[in-house]
Amino acid sequence: MEQVLDLLITFFLVIGGVFGLVGSFGLIKLNDPMSRLHAPTKATTLGVGGVLIASMLHAYAYEGHLSWHELLITLFLFLTAPITANFIAKAHIHRHETPGTLPLAGGDRKWATHDIPPEDQEAASPADRG
Amino acid sequence: MRLLSRIFPHPYLTGLLTLVWLLLVNSFSLNSLLFGFLLGIVIPFLTRPYWPDRPELRHPLKIAGYILIAIWDIIVANVTVARIVLFKRNADRHPAWICIPMELRSPEAITVLAGTITLTPGTVSADLSAEGHFLLVHCLDAPDPEAVRDEIKDRYERRLMEIFE
Repeated sequence: MEQVLDLLITFFLVIGGVFGLVGSFGLIKLNDPMSRLHAPTKATTLGVGGVLIASMLHAYAYEGHLSWHELLITLFLFLTAPITANFIAKAHIHRHETPGTLPLAGGDRKWATHDIPPEDQEAASPADRG
Repeated sequence: MRLLSRIFPHPYLTGLLTLVWLLLVNSFSLNSLLFGFLLGIVIPFLTRPYWPDRPELRHPLKIAGYILIAIWDIIVANVTVARIVLFKRNADRHPAWICIPMELRSPEAITVLAGTITLTPGTVSADLSAEGHFLLVHCLDAPDPEAVRDEIKDRYERRLMEIFE
């Protein structure tokens, strides 16, 4: 029984490690900022997920109790990762994209990041005024 | 009824906070249950000015199904994206912006949709349109942007419509 659990723990650690590595490799290999943003959102899901499952199994096998903290870590990561990614994406749109380089915002006038009220136009960078 | 909704402005949040406290303590006892419940009352009460409307959940039970589908998609998409990163040359990759028209209107539902899109690798939700009717999504590799848009609408948005509206 212990051996089976050991194998499972190893399996999930390796899975987590491999996906974490691929995520980090993606940061180097991908060639534009928005594509690089995909790498960290990926490493947090399966990479961290694998390590957390291994940790839960380890607590169950060697400390003889169920550990719930890993579920909380997953929950908090799932809450925070999209928000960080969204902030980075918005900063990128603010500094490097104009309404012309993005698809049309359907029936709405603009994307929210480009929708700058007139009184703030002075402070905005030239790219946002388009 | 009025008094009850003043004390529990967000009953689901009260339940969730109690559960999170129990998980943090990592063991079950009456003490921690009561203290968690106390936090579950105080925190929604203090933060109510920032979150005035209570989201309507029409089918709370379907949330479990949604989470399972999202987790499965995360696993599958992780493998796909790992293959793109490792084996596809940058020149062959087709990154694309896509615009997703949304039928969802409640802010909570849109937040969940945008979060799911970011967590499923290969897509990151980047921005919302000025009136909040469209979502701007960046794809790592989308030779066929329409297919990605239709899949997101059919797989996630349709289910969220059933849960929230």
